[in-house]
Amino acid sequence: MGEFITNLLNNTIPIELYLAVTTIVFFVGVYGFLSRKNMIMVLISIELMLNAADINFAVFNRYLYPGQLEGFYFTLFAIAIAAAEAAIAIAIIINIYRKVHTIYVDEDVSKMKY
Amino acid sequence: MVSNIIFFILAFVTVVSSILAVTSQKIIRSAVFLLFVLLSTGGFYFLLDYHFLAITQIAVYAGGVMVLFIFSIVLTSQPGIGVKFEKPGRMLVAALAALTGLAICGHIIFYNVNRVYYYVTQDELKVQDIGFGLLGTEKYQNMLPFEAVSLLLLACIIGGVMIARKR
Amino acid sequence: MLTFNYSIWILVLPAVMFLVLGLGGKYMKPVVSGVLGTITMAITTVLAYLTAYQYFFSVGKAADGTYKAIEAFNFEWLRFTDTLHIDLGMYIDAISSMMLIVITTVSLMVHIYSLGYMKGEKGFQRYYAFLSLFSFSMLGLVVATNIFQMYIFWELVGVSSFLLIGFYYTKPSAVAASKKAFIVTRFADFFFLIGILLLSYFTKTFDFGTLTAVGAPCFSSFAGASFLGISAISWTMFLIFMGGVGKSALLPFHVWLPDAMEGPTPVSALIHAATMVVAGVFLIARLFPIYLFQTPEVLHLIGYIGAITAIFAAVVACTQTDIKRVLAFSTISQIAYMITALSVSGYDGHDGLGYMASMFHLFTHAFFKALLFLGAGAIIHAVHSNEMDDMGGLWKKMPIANWTFLIACLAIAGIFPFSGFFSKDEILAAALHHDIVLFSILFIAAGLTAFYMFRLYFRIFHYENKQYHHAPHDAGPSMSIPLIFLAVVTVVAGWLIPFDTLITADGKAFESHIDPLVAGLSIGIALVGIVGAYVFYFKKNEKPDQVATSLGWFYRATHNKFYFDEIWMFATRSIIFKCVSKPMAWIDVNVIDGFMNGLAYVSHQASEAIKGFQSGRIQQYALIYLVGALVLIVTFCGWLVAFITK
Repeated sequence: MGEFITNLLNNTIPIELYLAVTTIVFFVGVYGFLSRKNMIMVLISIELMLNAADINFAVFNRYLYPGQLEGFYFTLFAIAIAAAEAAIAIAIIINIYRKVHTIYVDEDVSKMKY
Repeated sequence: MVSNIIFFILAFVTVVSSILAVTSQKIIRSAVFLLFVLLSTGGFYFLLDYHFLAITQIAVYAGGVMVLFIFSIVLTSQPGIGVKFEKPGRMLVAALAALTGLAICGHIIFYNVNRVYYYVTQDELKVQDIGFGLLGTEKYQNMLPFEAVSLLLLACIIGGVMIARKR
Repeated sequence: MLTFNYSIWILVLPAVMFLVLGLGGKYMKPVVSGVLGTITMAITTVLAYLTAYQYFFSVGKAADGTYKAIEAFNFEWLRFTDTLHIDLGMYIDAISSMMLIVITTVSLMVHIYSLGYMKGEKGFQRYYAFLSLFSFSMLGLVVATNIFQMYIFWELVGVSSFLLIGFYYTKPSAVAASKKAFIVTRFADFFFLIGILLLSYFTKTFDFGTLTAVGAPCFSSFAGASFLGISAISWTMFLIFMGGVGKSALLPFHVWLPDAMEGPTPVSALIHAATMVVAGVFLIARLFPIYLFQTPEVLHLIGYIGAITAIFAAVVACTQTDIKRVLAFSTISQIAYMITALSVSGYDGHDGLGYMASMFHLFTHAFFKALLFLGAGAIIHAVHSNEMDDMGGLWKKMPIANWTFLIACLAIAGIFPFSGFFSKDEILAAALHHDIVLFSILFIAAGLTAFYMFRLYFRIFHYENKQYHHAPHDAGPSMSIPLIFLAVVTVVAGWLIPFDTLITADGKAFESHIDPLVAGLSIGIALVGIVGAYVFYFKKNEKPDQVATSLGWFYRATHNKFYFDEIWMFATRSIIFKCVSKPMAWIDVNVIDGFMNGLAYVSHQASEAIKGFQSGRIQQYALIYLVGALVLIVTFCGWLVAFITK
């Protein structure tokens, strides 16, 4: 057991550990997306999932193709897109709130279906 | 040694904060836990020697997006009315689906990732190289996605104006 | 042929006038539209005369003295194969030139006459627009270069006839009559169309020039084809003739013509006496070489149908009391004469007498029958009734109507020297040389014609002195001038125009003589008819009623037009409607509609059932997506692992 810990502490961190962390974060985001009704909570869950994906990009780039920067750039673009998406989504949420005074997806918001 | 310890601390913070973020009953708390996740993501980027990415992450996410979240929470929360509890059945289904997905993905990661890799230490990336890579049109240079993202941002600006204007 | 360049205006002018009056008539004063239509028709008439003059006296005659057909215009319209194409053009030959004269003259007279007759009617502009449409269609029919163009204009005259019969569309009887005319003629035209399709299928051409050439090679493909034991070409020509039966009101499709008298009287004069109803005769004459050389048996059949129609209509005409209906049956009878005359004709030289006589009779009949109708119109205008019982003793009150009507009656009865005598004499002579049975039928019909026409004349102008609310008097100049003009034509047309040199089957002139035997017989029987009518109807007496009672059921049957309307009604109402239409309606309602309704019902139910899937709840979608993705991953990975480890 002690050997295992010293191994972990002294060697480079295996890629599986990074992937494990991002997978957990991603599926926590999935859980939040599926279970929460509050639109802002849904949005937060989406941000979690995006972050997990971003880290994955960077990790794969760093571990598997250290000489290149493709994953790096795509992380950069994903951050830009996520920021834009968050801004627009929040604008929409605030507008909906002004109209129907709720931000729960199963309440009056379903009027917008028709 | 130190970086390994830092990694485990960051991993712990990330996992716990994300779980708390999606299960918390107060939105403002969720937002704060999200902030922790975002910051520790920046930490991961530091660990991977992608310093520029880490700064961008902190500036854009922790700086920009979080402010928007806080604003929207403040604007849409009604005093005296807490966040509604979700239906337990629904939470169970969601948790089941998420856990299944986690199990499958974890299984795949730990039993099927068998590509050989070598972790090479590298110097800090020069921002100049990043800029050339971003704006060049040669191989491994990403002018086109850059332009696509800039167009997307323009569309977002227009969309934001459309949504926000008074009718 | 450059010299006929102007002749296209004969078609264009009425068509343009129809559009102008039809679209812009609302914004014109009635008088303006009437005068405009009349002037246009006058110009058309002048052009038609010019065309006919040029054809007969300068251009049409070939070096050997025969008349050849000229295609003044030909625009290819639809091309199917190299030989089979639908063209629109102008085909000028002897009979179409003659028809141009007939149509434009009568049409012009009717235009002028209507200025007075229709004055103050609602829809005056519409009336003139329809007249223009009709003139256009009829002119297009006679100058058609191919049988399909003829069919197009054939239907157009049907439509304009429908529109004009139903001109008083507020009158239910007029509406019913227009519907009847349209449906009956359309029903016959259906056979015509089948005939055209058969003809073009076998001969690979629509063109009249190719079809009617003597010994045309295109009929060889008919060889051997037959249906129900009768050769295909006989079927074809018989079906084409059926179209003519409908338009020319021969038995058994004559039922629409008497009812068509619901239309304004000038319309009856133009369409249902002089021009449209002779379209059938014109059709047979146009295709005459085919009938004669390819299907003589059909031509025989045509002759007998014509003869039976002639005698039938003459008998019915003797008992009708509505003066326009008498004239309508008279028209049926006279058209049947022309048809019969065609059937007893040969091709060259003196053998072609029947053809010439038929065209001659068509020509003279157009004028004197138009005159009769216009005269009847003047009388109806004066006494406001169609019934004979409301008339009598008008000869002093309406001298112009009296004299012109008398002239026309003498002409149709066949008294020398009026035009009807000459043409009828030629027909009888041709029939006598050809077929004694047809001759005797036509001969008796001639006597009956004299009888019923003078019955009509005496009942209107003599018989008894009636008291009228308004004293009847001759109408104004616009109605009198056409009467006088047509009366003059009726007097002179018979001996002034040398038909035997102008219009013959083979295009060559021949010498026709008045056969003294036939002439004497026909004048004799006409005089017998007139004297009979004089005895019965000159002064009011009991004899007609006595004869009617003694004839019993025969009189009743005749008076009811031999129940043809009832037979048709029975056939349509009880047989076609009940046995065919009802089951079809049932199938339509229950099977076809049911199938469609079932489809709609099933898709509605299906959409109701699956509507829930598309809830618009993003989270639900995401859950389903996730589950699906996981299932796919597991399946795929399991398959992949199994594949690798194998």
